[in-house]
Order: sequence, then structure tokens, then C-alpha cells
Amino acid sequence: MSALARRKGALGRVVRAGVGRRRVQTAVMILTTLMSVTAAVLAAGLLVASRAPFDHAFAEQDGAHLTAQFDGAKVTASQLAATARASDVTAAAGPFPVLSVRPRTASDSGPLPAGVDLPPLTVVGRADAAGGVDRVSLVTGSWATRPGQIVVAYDEVPVEPGGRLTLPTAPGSPTLTVVGVARSVTGTADAWVTPEQAEALTTPGSPTAYEMLYRFRHAGTDAQVAADRAAITGAVPKGAMSGSHSYLAVRQQETANAMAFVPFLAAFGVLGLLLSVLVIAIVVSGAVGAATRRIGILKSLGFTPAQVVRAYVGQALIPAAVGCALGLGLGNLLAVPVLGEVGTAFGGPSASIPVWIDVVVPAAALALVAGAALVPALRAGRLRTVQAISVGRTPGAGRGHLARRLTGRLPLPRAVSLGLANPFARPARSATTAAAVAFGAATVTFGVGLALTLGAVQSGRMLDSAGSVVVETGGGGPPGAQAVHAGGEPDRPRADPAEIAAALGAQRGTSRFYGTAQAEVGASGIAGATTVVAYQGDASWAAPRMVSGSWLDGPGQAVVTTRFLKAAGIRVGDTVTLRERGRQTSVRIVGEAFFTQGEGMELLTGTSTLAALGLDAKPGQYNVETRPGTDPAHYLTALNAALDPVGAVALANTANTSDVIVTMNALIGMLTLMLVVVAGLGVLNTVVLDTRDRVHDLGVLKALGMGPRQTVTMVVTSVAGIGLLAGAAAVPAGVALHRYVTPLMGNAVGMTLPASDIAVYHAPQLAVLALGGLLIAVTGALLPAGWAARKDTATALRSE
Amino acid sequence: MTATAPVIDIRDVTRTYGQGPPALAEVTLSVRAGEALAVLGPSGSGKSTLLNLIAGLDRPNAGSVTVAGLRVDGLSEAGSARYRRATIGMVFQFFNLLDDLTVTDNVLLPAQLAGVHRAEARRRAAGLLEYLRIDRHAAAYPGRLSGGERQRVAVARALMNRPALLLADEPTGALDSASGEDVRELLTELNAEGQTIILVTHDLGLAESCATRTVELVDGRIVRDTTHATAVAR
Repeated sequence: MSALARRKGALGRVVRAGVGRRRVQTAVMILTTLMSVTAAVLAAGLLVASRAPFDHAFAEQDGAHLTAQFDGAKVTASQLAATARASDVTAAAGPFPVLSVRPRTASDSGPLPAGVDLPPLTVVGRADAAGGVDRVSLVTGSWATRPGQIVVAYDEVPVEPGGRLTLPTAPGSPTLTVVGVARSVTGTADAWVTPEQAEALTTPGSPTAYEMLYRFRHAGTDAQVAADRAAITGAVPKGAMSGSHSYLAVRQQETANAMAFVPFLAAFGVLGLLLSVLVIAIVVSGAVGAATRRIGILKSLGFTPAQVVRAYVGQALIPAAVGCALGLGLGNLLAVPVLGEVGTAFGGPSASIPVWIDVVVPAAALALVAGAALVPALRAGRLRTVQAISVGRTPGAGRGHLARRLTGRLPLPRAVSLGLANPFARPARSATTAAAVAFGAATVTFGVGLALTLGAVQSGRMLDSAGSVVVETGGGGPPGAQAVHAGGEPDRPRADPAEIAAALGAQRGTSRFYGTAQAEVGASGIAGATTVVAYQGDASWAAPRMVSGSWLDGPGQAVVTTRFLKAAGIRVGDTVTLRERGRQTSVRIVGEAFFTQGEGMELLTGTSTLAALGLDAKPGQYNVETRPGTDPAHYLTALNAALDPVGAVALANTANTSDVIVTMNALIGMLTLMLVVVAGLGVLNTVVLDTRDRVHDLGVLKALGMGPRQTVTMVVTSVAGIGLLAGAAAVPAGVALHRYVTPLMGNAVGMTLPASDIAVYHAPQLAVLALGGLLIAVTGALLPAGWAARKDTATALRSE
Repeated sequence: MTATAPVIDIRDVTRTYGQGPPALAEVTLSVRAGEALAVLGPSGSGKSTLLNLIAGLDRPNAGSVTVAGLRVDGLSEAGSARYRRATIGMVFQFFNLLDDLTVTDNVLLPAQLAGVHRAEARRRAAGLLEYLRIDRHAAAYPGRLSGGERQRVAVARALMNRPALLLADEPTGALDSASGEDVRELLTELNAEGQTIILVTHDLGLAESCATRTVELVDGRIVRDTTHATAVAR
């Protein structure tokens, strides 16, 4: 064996021995890197991987940056064709005739029997699937080549090739055969027919609507797409563009669930990495401080300063590498359920964390660890051999005398006053303990805030969650829906609202109630059908949480989400035109609300709006709030007895939970716990170091009669003050982090969170959270305190 | 307890560490109140083990240790701590003063740990510092004192709870000859006033001058037990 190999072997043994000897510190380093790498891999992975399938499909299909619909009464096809030369347009397709139809199944197909009314479809007349923009990919079957054929969008219409659809509202009520199922990455249509068929489906005398698809030179941001859209709008007569949607909005909607994880995971990742750097610096610094004599011996045996440095950096890198490997595995594993549905939505394989992230994140973490370990390791390398051997261990600092004097005069048990003064003897170590506690307390504050916010979002995301009782009034289909009803037997007629209102009003225990009807109609600025939820009665007590503006208080008003406003390119105060079978009415947007029902794209208005469109405005569902103290079972029984003759049924309103939010909560809980454990272990580590440094003094105190309980009290008290102060200081940091991250989570899904969902901290909670630092510090100190209490006095007295 | 009642009663005590030979082997020893017993012997003879057993810092594998009427060989950690607070005062070779506490605070420690009333503890500490002629150093830190002065502080601390037994482990071992003489006189004086002392030392001169009785340990066994003529005279 060469001399070099022998030296390397010796270095390896020293490193391994160091790792094996400091098991607690090794475990701390493994856990801290595990946690930070898990969160960082998840955050970076979700950020990249959740968009990858869409971006890949978009590039492959030359997807449309902007899909625009035009009113044929205001613009001609040739004018539209000329928009292809508008500023920044690199490619355009169309104009394609476009219309909205309400199909009904004319044959059994897949899960649907014949005779089922389907929601309105946006049908585009397009000769082929190819072209320079939006090359529609056929999933199965073939493209429509002659009248009588229709291609339906994947996941939009559950009818397979060979199935037939009747269009009762179109001229002549034609029946079309489904010949293919296709996928457009930006959802430019729900179905496609030949241009001739599209013309034939248009009501005679009514103008043809057109769809244009554009690609732009600059379309990376919302602002750029908006500028491009403005250029198109300027190239056609005023008011000709009736609606549009950007590929960015589609991408956001398709990746919303995964993207919502990114802001908080990134925050946990950064917190974790900072805590890792801190803990590793503490551990290596402590190891160097406690092993001065060992370093001296190693040097006297011929170890060079560089080898000593490598030995101590290696002692940090080995557990960090283990933590990185475990974190990598855990991060990839946790990403599976989150990314599961993203890839398949675009016909690709299920998305997964890219390999480069699996390489870059651990490499960056290891570089940080090495950097954190390098500073104390360099100190070890610079130690003079003779001094190291003679000193034995880092001499106790001569600080803290004043603190000892002052605390000694406090009317406290001596064990407590001794403990309180301890942090002043080693201010640097106390500062690192405080930092670890502060990280933990800030994380707890942040995690609790996230949970409270998600709880608020969970409770307010559905529109029908108000009231403990719902009354279904018949009419077929899902509660409140009127657009879809099963064929076969005729539907039970919807119950008379006046009779239901009378029954509810007369029922003992009823506090208040409102009714809702639903319909699917066309809305200006929105491609495809828009679900309208129409309220009857005062629903202000059950209104979704408002972001801006106000709730409905009169006819002709509407409330929508931020996502709807963005998709339609409008603001609160603007007007939306609703169309249904040739009739149209306008509603003014009076408020911006937060809810995720119907992907947050539903429009809330009064039942008078449905009546103006000639639709059935009778509520399909009533939400009822009972008086406090009302027995739910008794109430339901009595109410059903009253409603039975009316033809309605009352049910308990059960909570509807979001799997995404449940997953988020689980992840937040896990990451918070991991960070808190790491922070606690950081405290434990510093207390272990401190206790070892003071072991001789501990022996003296025990020899003088300090009992086990007094010893535990002294050690725990030595970190309690730090914990209390660091915890109190960390709470505002946690609150600030929460205030910064939660709006980003909303933005990631195209929503603005209501202020009440963000301002979730209240004085009592903050007071409890401030004590979190104390809890972390005390918990972290208990183990070494127990060790100190059990430490053999005679052995402690013999310690250097 | 009468003046001649045994304050320490050790019977058939054996202490073994691991697989090695016994540090103490079937030792039986009785010390009466007011005695000053010097334990002599070479390194590894079992002197410190004997002292640790009496102080309740260690437990024998066999036999019994009774101090001031209390069996100390079976005490719990908490019980041992209470026992040391109430019955034992310890003086060490290297003083074992807490460097970051003042002289007064060091001396106060045993009383504070025992829950003695603040004013009473301060009164006792002041009295002891004066008695031991180190009251001018009351506010100083131990690091600024000479070896002899530090050992006086250690003795003051050991006497703070008025222990039945003062255990001194090589009390002059780290001192120059002048300071050693100072401590010797102090121990003699304390014993003359009735303080029972167990003194572990290599210093034959110290044993002869301030001990009333000497036992010599070799390989964990008592090979000689001598009562000094000076003691009889005293």
C-alpha cells in the first residue's frame, strides 16, 4: 500500500470514527438535510414538472397563444384573416365558424344512454386538424371530413366514436356521428365539424361567429399576451372581439393544483436549508471545540492542516449525503400524487421530477453543508499542535460574570438562577441556539397560519356549503342543475318555490334560507359554456368571501372570481353579456369573490338573470340555516314531512373536502414537524455541547448537593429564556412569511385569496405561538438535562 | 449521638470496577465523631474510592456504608444529593470552585441548594469568610486568589451547611508549601473545634500533623490503622 493510500485510509478512519462517535449530531445532520432536500426537491420539481407536460404538448402542437372569438355581425372573415398581419403575430389560423350547441345523446355510448342532454358545446368548423397553429391531435378515430360528422374534445364529451349526437336547438335538429376524439392543448373547441356543417348548424339570419387562433413572437407573460390581444382588437372594428383566452390562463388552470404547492414548499425549502446550514455549523463548530486535544493528537501524528479540515468537513458531508439521498427519495415519492394527473391530461406520461433537479438540489445542499462546515473546520486546521494538546479543550470563556452576579440576586431557586445566567457565558453558542429556536418557532407560526388559511379556503371554496340542511326540489340531475338530465323516464317536475318557501318558513327551527338555480350559458369573453349560479332570496349570509366589490343586492348584478375576471379580461364594474339560444342579457360585475367550485369559473347572479334568458329560474336547491339548539335529526324529519307533498326532500348538508387541500395540509404538517424536530435537535445539540463543556462544574454542583431535579431545572432553564425570547421574536417573522406566501399560493392558481383568509392570526393564537419557542427549547434540552442529572458525579469531577 | 458514637460505619465493603481487581476489598472501618482520620496509600490503593463511597458518590458492590446513622450505599440520586447537602462537606485537591461565581456566591451555593433562607445563608457565609480570614475577598472571583486562599474558600463552602463530616481529598496537593501549611493549620483548628474530618492524602506530614488517626490502604485493603499520640494529647 502506498503512503498516499495509507494516509487516505487513516483520514477515512478518523472521519468514520467522528461520525460514529457523535450519533446525536449525526442524526441531526441527516434529519436536517433530509427535510430541506425533500422540500426543495418538491418545490423545484413541482415548479418545473407540473408545467412540463403542458409546455411539451404546447410546443408539439404549436398551440395557440391566444384563442379569440369574434362577432360576425361586426367583422368580416376577410378582416379577420388580415389580423394575421397584426403586430407581433407570427402565425394565425382561421377564421373558423364557431357556434354553441346543446347536444343530446342519440345512441348509447360509453357510460351514457341515449336521450341525455349534455352541457352546451363550443363547436368549431375546421377542415382539418393540421395547420401552423393548434395542430389538434387525434386521440382516436378520424377527423370530420363531411357533414354529419363530429369530432369531440377528449375529456369534454364522454361519447366514443360511433356514437351519435342530436342537436335539438340547431336548424333541422340534425344528428351527427362522432368520428373521432381529439385533444387541443389550449382547448380551442369542445367539438369540431367541417366548415360546411358549421354553416348548416347556424340559425338562418343570425350572423356567424368566428374563432381565430394566434401565435405571437412575444407571449411569455400576461402583459405581453395582453399587448398582443390589444393589437388584434385594434385591427378589427370596435366590439368585434367577443371573447378570448390566453394559453397562460389555460396553463395556469391545468397546473393550478400542483403550482399551489410551490410557494409554501419553496418557503419550507429555504427555511430548511438555512436551518441545515445553521445546525451543521453548530455541530462541526461544537465538534472542533470539544476535540481540541484530539486535533492536536492527529496533528502530532502527522496529519496536515488540510487533512484535518477534510476530516471535519467529511464528518458533516457523510450524514448530509445520507440525508440528501433520503430527502431525494422522499421528495420524489411525495411528488407522485401531486403530479399524478398533470401529465395524463395532455396525453403524455405521468409527470415526474426532472432528473436535473434530482442532481442539482442535493448538489447545492451538499455545497451549502460543506460551506457551513468549512469555517469551523478551517479553525481546526489552523490550531497549533502544542497549544491544542496542552489546552485539551477550548477554555471556558470568561464572560457572563455580571449575569451570574445579577441572577444570583434574584429571588429564585439557585438552580434556576444558575441556568438563567448560563447563556451569557457563551454568547455565540447561545445565539445559535436562539437562531435554531427562532427557525422552529417561525416554522410553527407559518405552518399553523397555512393550516388556518387552508381551513378557511376549505370551508369557503364551495358555494353550497352554507347551512346545515339542503332541500332538493327535484327536476333531475345533480342538485340545482338543469342543464343535464337523464333520458328515459320523464323528470319529476321541479317543486314550486312558493310552496317550499312556505314550508321552510313555517318549520319550527328554521332561521333563514335561500334557493339556487343553475344553468349553462355563453358568456362574453369566456370560451365555452359558463355555469351560472342564480340566487333567490337573501343569500348574503352564505355568500362566498369577497375579495373586492360587494355581494349581489339587486337584479342585473353578478359576482365572479379573480380567475373569471382574468379569463374574460374584465374588472369589477365591467359588464358581461350572457347568451342562451339567441337571447341575451347583460350583468354588471359588482364583486370579486373567492370560491373554487366549478374551477372558479362560475358566475353568480340573481334568478332574474335566468328569467331574462328565458331559462327556468326555479331553484333546484335550498340551503337552510337552523336556529341554534335545533335538533338536526328532528328538524329533518319534521321538514321532510312538510316537504313530501310539495315534492322536495331535505338532507343534511355534508362537508365536501378537497383532496388537494387535504394533501397540502398533510404536507405542511409533515414539513413543519420535521423542521421543528430539527430545530429541537439543534437545541439538543447545543445543550449537549454545553453540558459536556460544563461537566466538571456539574460534578462540583452535584458534589455540593445539587439533586437530579435541580440539575434538570438548571439545564432546562439555561435554554428557557432563550426559547422564550427567540419564540417571541420569531412569531412576527412567521406571520410575515405567511403573509408573503399565501397570496402567492392564490396567484399560483389564478385566484386572489380574501383578506380574511390571510389574516388568520389572532392575539390568543399569537400568544400561544410565542410560547412555541419555549416549548421547542425546553423539549430539546430535556434529553441532555436528563443525561446531566444521571451523570456520575465522581466521573464528572475527574473530567478536564 | 454522643461524642464518641461512630459517625462513619463501613462494614465489609467491596468495590470492583469491571473485571479488574477490587478497588476496595472487604474493608471495615469505623470513625467516631470528632476524629480526624487520614487515609494514606499509594496511587490506586482505593483511597478515592473510599472517599467517594462515604460521600455517596459511588456505591459498593458488597457491604454497607452508614454515615451519621444513614445507610448511604442504597440511596437514590436525589437521596444522595440530600445526604451530601445535609451531612457532607467536600474539599478537593484542585479546589473545584466555580470560576464564574464570586467567592461569596461559591460559598453560598450549598446553602442555596439546600433551600436555606437567604438572609441566614448570607449571615453564615459572612461568618465563615471572616472566620477563615478571607472576608476581604468576598466579592472577588476565585481566579484572582492564591492557591491557599482558594482552598480556604473551598473549606468555607464545605462548612456552609454545618456538615457532620468534612471530606478532604488531597487538600494540599495543589498548593505550595506555605499555602499547604496554611491549610494544615486550618484543618487542625477545625478538628480541634470538634469537626470530624476524613482526609485523603499522600502527604505523610499533613497526616501526622492534623490527623488523630491514620489508616493506610494497599490494594484496596486496610493494612495499618494507627491512632496518633498527638491526637490522644489533643
